[in-house]
Amino acid sequence: MLVVRLALKSLRSRLLTTMLTILSIALSVTLLVGIEHVRAGVRESFAGTIRGVDLIVGARGGTLQVLLSSVFGIGSPAGSVKLSTMKRWAAHPAVKWVAPYSLGDSHRGFRVVGTTPTFFERYRFRNNGEITFASGRVAQSDTEVVVGSDVAEQLKYTVGAPVVVTHGLQDIGTSNHEAHPFVVVGVLARTFTPIDRSVYVTLEGIEAMHDGEEFAPAVAAAPPTMSGVTPPAMPGAAPPVMPGAAPPVMPGAEPPPVAALVPAPAVNEPEHDHGDDQISSFFVGTKNRFEALMLQREMNTDLVEPLTAVIPGVALGELWQNIGSAEVGLRVVAIFAVAIGLTGMLVSLYSSLEARRREMAIFRAIGAGPRTIISLLVLESSLLAFLGCVLGVAMVYGGLALAQGPIEQRFGLHLAIRPLGSTEYLYLAVVLGAGTLIGFVPAWKAYRTSLVDGLSPRA
Amino acid sequence: MSVTSASAPAVELSQLRFAYRTGREVLSIDHLVIARGETVFLHGPSGSGKTTLLGLLAGVLQASSGNIRVLGQDFSTMSIGARDAFRARHLGYVFQMFNLIPYLSVRDNILLPVRLDAGRRARLKGVSLNVAAQQVASQLDIAALLDAPIGELSVGQQQRVAAARALIGSPEVVIADEPTSALDTDRREQFLQLLFASCASAGATLLFVSHDHTLMPLFSRVVSLGDINRAAAC
Repeated sequence: MLVVRLALKSLRSRLLTTMLTILSIALSVTLLVGIEHVRAGVRESFAGTIRGVDLIVGARGGTLQVLLSSVFGIGSPAGSVKLSTMKRWAAHPAVKWVAPYSLGDSHRGFRVVGTTPTFFERYRFRNNGEITFASGRVAQSDTEVVVGSDVAEQLKYTVGAPVVVTHGLQDIGTSNHEAHPFVVVGVLARTFTPIDRSVYVTLEGIEAMHDGEEFAPAVAAAPPTMSGVTPPAMPGAAPPVMPGAAPPVMPGAEPPPVAALVPAPAVNEPEHDHGDDQISSFFVGTKNRFEALMLQREMNTDLVEPLTAVIPGVALGELWQNIGSAEVGLRVVAIFAVAIGLTGMLVSLYSSLEARRREMAIFRAIGAGPRTIISLLVLESSLLAFLGCVLGVAMVYGGLALAQGPIEQRFGLHLAIRPLGSTEYLYLAVVLGAGTLIGFVPAWKAYRTSLVDGLSPRA
Repeated sequence: MSVTSASAPAVELSQLRFAYRTGREVLSIDHLVIARGETVFLHGPSGSGKTTLLGLLAGVLQASSGNIRVLGQDFSTMSIGARDAFRARHLGYVFQMFNLIPYLSVRDNILLPVRLDAGRRARLKGVSLNVAAQQVASQLDIAALLDAPIGELSVGQQQRVAAARALIGSPEVVIADEPTSALDTDRREQFLQLLFASCASAGATLLFVSHDHTLMPLFSRVVSLGDINRAAAC
């Protein structure tokens, strides 16, 4: 077809301009489709933080508080839950399993979580990812600890490494539970969830940790190198406290590490204790997922202890509603980028038309009608838009293929290479449609101009 | 649409009036007839309406009143599209300069009219496109340049390519708007000789606009637009 050949030749004759126009459209498309991929990736990563758990149960408080403190390790729980309460609910006919989650201690800035092997067995993330061990095994005795992949990497822990746990979140060296040294028995494989940044011990481990603090004689068993730093035992000096109160370290009240030898600090921390039958929250798996809702209601109205039971998927959705407004921002930026790309295309088409007035006059003189001239220019612009879309999509997938690994390593964001979704197709259609429509502007003007100018290209 | 009377004159104007804006007439010609096969030298001072007249004859502009008949076809009764098609089939047009599509080869430039319009192509009478291009190019002495890129041609060569394009498919009327003004004197005559010969062999009527009065004697007829245009500004 003549017009197609003409359009191709015309575009090829202005190769640099053509390439730059295609590139600018491609970059906009890359941004638009790329942002859509990132958005979906973030949402999936987020929604996939916790799976396999039907209910998270914490002390009476906000839904998000329970979710954030137990799943994301953000903030502190509203209070604590009695271990006996968990055991009571474990016996409920609808409950298949329970796993305790006891927060409050930290190890060099990473949270220490007391739990049971059930947690590792039942917890799932992303599409059914199970927690697996890169090396070692589950913590079984009260001196054993399992570390997440980030913890192992940053602190260079391997199976067999000794670990000292700090009480309170900040690692300022005080009140180290050095009376009760732990040893790493397992390193978890990377999950790209907050699990990677956690240290897991047994419930007994947490208890023993504090027993050691409270009963100095137990320290005798500790290695000689450690015993020197061990704070003197102050039995009874540590009344019960909610584990949730742990993160804020009493500022100023705490003397430097050397002073740990002095008995005073322990007295200054009257609230420093984990009641040994208290946990932060517990995870529940139901026998039948449809019973989760009913179970949630029952738990929320528990008469013995005020509880908040949260369905993770629902709470995550709620949370996403709140923080998801950022994705609208992303989208707006992307739309602006496309607008700029299309404007650039219009400018380049339009300015090339100015140089092509003679060309249009020649076509008119030869007898080309408006249809020929319009189809020539519209074909050119839609071809540019099409090639821009193709290149842009290719760049997205090429970029994903190259950057997927590094992004996952760096940001823990798994960007799946998946086919284009309907939103992306809509974007592409808009770009293509706008590209085609834009072609009509110079085409219409060209036809009008060459009419007004007569056949003379001089005007 | 392109039914033309073989006996009708090439061009026939009567009571032609044209204004770009109402009330400001630029062209007012009571009567002008150009017979078939004539070579007409049309001259006139700037502003006498030469370019406007050519636009009207090519069917790009529409007369405000009066009649324009080209090959017996009355333009005033034809739509813009019909006039486009008529032009594609029956007219050849050569500009003063910059006649060629820069991204096409010489061959493709010459073949553009026959590719664009099936009717014009039919006038090749079965001769293949390449042969037709070859024939018209050799008439104008540019056969060796058929595959050259436009950028490598001299202005004189470009004008001959433009003439070849105007002449391919043997149109009845060839309009040339100062095609020699960019050429030096020697080349003007050479170009004109080639143009005359080609028009003669195609049986085309030539309407040639120029300022250059030295060329006048070469034409069969001279028309001064200043004399016949009663709306002329000067």
